[in-house]
Amino acid sequence: MSPATISSLIVLAALVLCPFFLSGFTVFQLNLMLIYAIAIMGLNLLTGFNGQFSLGHGAFYAIGAYTAAILMDQYEISYVWTLPVAGVICFVSGFLFGLPALRLEGVYLALATFALAVATPQMLKLSLFEHWTGGVQGIVILKPDAPFGLPLSQDQWLYFFTLAVGLLLYWAARNLVSSRSGRAMMAIRDNPLAARSMGVNVALYKSLAFGVSALYTGMAGALGAIVIQFVAPDSFTFVLSVALLVGLVVGGVGWLPGAIIGGAFIVFVPNIAEEISKGLSGAMYGVMLILLIYVMPTGAGGLIRTVTDRLKRR
Amino acid sequence: METFIQQVLAGIATGGIYACMALAVVMIYQAIHHLNFAQGEMAMFSTFIAWQLLQWGVPYWLAFGLTIVISLIGGFVLERTVFKPIENAPVLSHIVVFIALFAIFNSLAGFIWDFTIKPFPSPFGNAALFGEGLIGAHQAGMIVITLVVLLLLFAFFRYTRIGLAMRAAAANPESARLVGIRVGTMTGLGWGMAAAVGSVAGILIAPMVFLEPNMMLSILLYGFAGAVLGGLTSPGGAVLGGFTVGVVENLAGTYIPVVGAELKLPIALFLIVAVLVFKPSGLFGHRVVQRV
Amino acid sequence: MMNNIKRLGGVGAAVGFSIIAFTAAAQENGVTDDTIKIGLVQPFSGPASAYSQIAYTNEAYFKMINDNGGVCGRQIELITYDDGYSPPKTVEQTRKLVESDGVFLIFNGLGTPTNSAIHKYMNAKQVPQLFVATGASKFGDPENFPWTMGWQPNYIAEGKIYARYILENHPDSKIGILYQNDDYGKDYINGLRAGFGEKADSMIVMEQPYEVADPTVDSQIINLKASGADVFLNIATPKFAAQAIKKAAEISWDAVHIVNSVSNSVGSVLKPAGFENAVGLISANYGKDPQDPQWEGDAGLKKWSDFMDKYYPDGDKTSSFTVYGYGVTQTLEYVLKSSCDNLTREGVMKAAASIKDFETDTALPGIKINTSETDFYPIEQMQLMKFNGERWELFGGVIDGSSATN
Repeated sequence: MSPATISSLIVLAALVLCPFFLSGFTVFQLNLMLIYAIAIMGLNLLTGFNGQFSLGHGAFYAIGAYTAAILMDQYEISYVWTLPVAGVICFVSGFLFGLPALRLEGVYLALATFALAVATPQMLKLSLFEHWTGGVQGIVILKPDAPFGLPLSQDQWLYFFTLAVGLLLYWAARNLVSSRSGRAMMAIRDNPLAARSMGVNVALYKSLAFGVSALYTGMAGALGAIVIQFVAPDSFTFVLSVALLVGLVVGGVGWLPGAIIGGAFIVFVPNIAEEISKGLSGAMYGVMLILLIYVMPTGAGGLIRTVTDRLKRR
Repeated sequence: METFIQQVLAGIATGGIYACMALAVVMIYQAIHHLNFAQGEMAMFSTFIAWQLLQWGVPYWLAFGLTIVISLIGGFVLERTVFKPIENAPVLSHIVVFIALFAIFNSLAGFIWDFTIKPFPSPFGNAALFGEGLIGAHQAGMIVITLVVLLLLFAFFRYTRIGLAMRAAAANPESARLVGIRVGTMTGLGWGMAAAVGSVAGILIAPMVFLEPNMMLSILLYGFAGAVLGGLTSPGGAVLGGFTVGVVENLAGTYIPVVGAELKLPIALFLIVAVLVFKPSGLFGHRVVQRV
Repeated sequence: MMNNIKRLGGVGAAVGFSIIAFTAAAQENGVTDDTIKIGLVQPFSGPASAYSQIAYTNEAYFKMINDNGGVCGRQIELITYDDGYSPPKTVEQTRKLVESDGVFLIFNGLGTPTNSAIHKYMNAKQVPQLFVATGASKFGDPENFPWTMGWQPNYIAEGKIYARYILENHPDSKIGILYQNDDYGKDYINGLRAGFGEKADSMIVMEQPYEVADPTVDSQIINLKASGADVFLNIATPKFAAQAIKKAAEISWDAVHIVNSVSNSVGSVLKPAGFENAVGLISANYGKDPQDPQWEGDAGLKKWSDFMDKYYPDGDKTSSFTVYGYGVTQTLEYVLKSSCDNLTREGVMKAAASIKDFETDTALPGIKINTSETDFYPIEQMQLMKFNGERWELFGGVIDGSSATN
């Protein structure tokens, strides 16, 4: 077995076993880490593998979260079915957003997506939709219990549920990336003109990439709503979009497993920064982030690649 | 009709704020071909420095000048120290460092000067011009200064050697190096100038919105919008874009029924995006031709 | 011999177990023989970071309590976390406090969405969510949420107080409202509408929302003046309230201007707006404004001032937030002291639900805190005041908003 496979198995084992040894609160935090990892995977598919910037993925996260909340709160649908519905709705929204985005490149696309991120809380607060979204008050939902009377706490059950969904989505992403479509996406990232002249339908793939990416992040949002049990416009400000981007870069752009590292960064580093200094927690966070980028300019993925390359050369 | 005129004038007044900021944004874009998300926070920080100088009894115009100089040097030093180690890192890593700087400046300002609002004096006074407060003296002064800065920048880039060198360094660093331009220094200088323009923006804006660490965030966004609308390669266009955003936002808020008031910002942004879809380099920018 | 050893062993075990049981039971709810652990989650960063003055004031007050011997013979250990005004973060930090740090109660959480996020959790876990820093009326619902209690007058009650004033003094007026587009602003509007009753729709001619992200509210003020309103209700947070006061004066909008209690601080709002622009402003308050010279020599405010000088010298003495922090923490101190013989979570909630005529040092004279098993709104009285260009002049006596709330 290659070192990569061994390390993946170790990580997997750790993820599966740890809820039994840790407190409910830590399991809750790890659950959030997995959720952000799924969201980052989605962003990675779009930015890392297809070369389209997005500073607005928080919007898709929000759409997924509200879909789940509304379905559970107003239509009493079980939490399990909210995920595929959220996924489909987000896929469609992502695809629709991707269409006009075709004309935008680089910094302009970044701006358009940033505009989306900033507009999201306003749209959620809109009095027009208040009947469904609960307006500024948000929606409170109930946490599900483990099914079939399994001897798991709510926190543990949701953790395993998230883990299962995450692994499934990861497997799907790996397959997508190594398939023909994946290669087409990457070709578009590396050289859109060459890709087009090779017969790749650039417009279609770019829009599809947006759709798939939104699907992933939307499902993460739905999971997030279930775990936190609450959605409100203030939960989905542009800060979320920025955090996802930071998580993506820290984990490694274009390296799928990096999503876990990105997710861990989002959940734990702000807390560490706060512990170092409450008054200057933002500054500490910024300093830690800059140091991290110095040490690994291409993220954890880049670092691991450099290290393994060097080891192979020995 | 009177409301319409008042809203347009108010839009021009707030648009002046956005135009100021848009200028700083374009300034840095010219220098590094990136958008600096920390720009707003740097401007805010400079404004706090100006405020502190005023608190210590320094006369207004001296504090103004000192702040510009401090910001110029500060921006230059910041670029040379923070960005040198990651010169060759991918774009996204740079963006993340911008985000980190944003967090640092915001947190530092809040820590040193706390988060309560502080009044900031205006050199033009608060009187209304033309009576009935159609446009205040300060707003008019702000627009004038913005236009002056715009002209200075235009002249700098067009007619000076350093300006030309800076544009070259940003457009094609390798070729610029080959003709003997010190790209690193140019980039640092670009940052310094952007910080200086930002500080002017901050000092002009603070009297209208009150000084506090979070004052620049939305203004930066509107500044981006204005810059993009006008075209990132055109300082004049950016200024015009800023005014346009201000006016459009106010008119949308007033005349679009039901949702207008609640969706002012998203509507303004939506319009920007719509413009971009049809004219990707902005209203006044020139098209970037890609060689195959 | 063996029997003795066995007996000793048995006694030893019994003593050992009871020590463990005793300390375990005592540790269980955040109370030990020497300490009481209290948790506080507030925004120290992000858009609402201006309110962090409240948290710092609370911290300083607890230090003062500890220096004076603590409560119930125990020192208070305060653990604070930042939630950046983000509900998911509030959930995380609160769970950390309750499950990981094992606090006795959660005190003075700030904001409506943030407190809403943990509302069900706190009541399910049966941990007191005491004296939340928001005026949203939903937090005074003892029947459904017996572990949650607010402190300040709720926004609906305050809205009704203003409505009553307008009906009595300007019954034929047209009303324009500027409000922050969140639960805080909307709660006030609900109160106003409830206060106007059937006349609400005919009297209110325009409601203009603004977002916290808006740089200025100038556009909204222009629209409000254009609507022909001659009464202006300013439901905004300090920065925007100040802008509104300034703009209204700039465009010579001659309306009766009422500003809400969150933003009537002389130092933080009226001074930046310009005193000359604020003449004639009306508001309601339940605490003393430290800038008001009529309180010079007031014993209660002097205690606050000495406290600030000694324990929070960096704090802003012109800000109402520091007055607020002092008042709410003093109330907690009183409640804790009333529950010394029953220092459990139920005991504290019971004490909190049976406060009778308690006056804090910083409350206006005549304003007393009262709670009962059906009344979870500690402060419901306010007094109206008018700004004369230098200071607020109280008038009309203490009004009770409690008849108002449902």
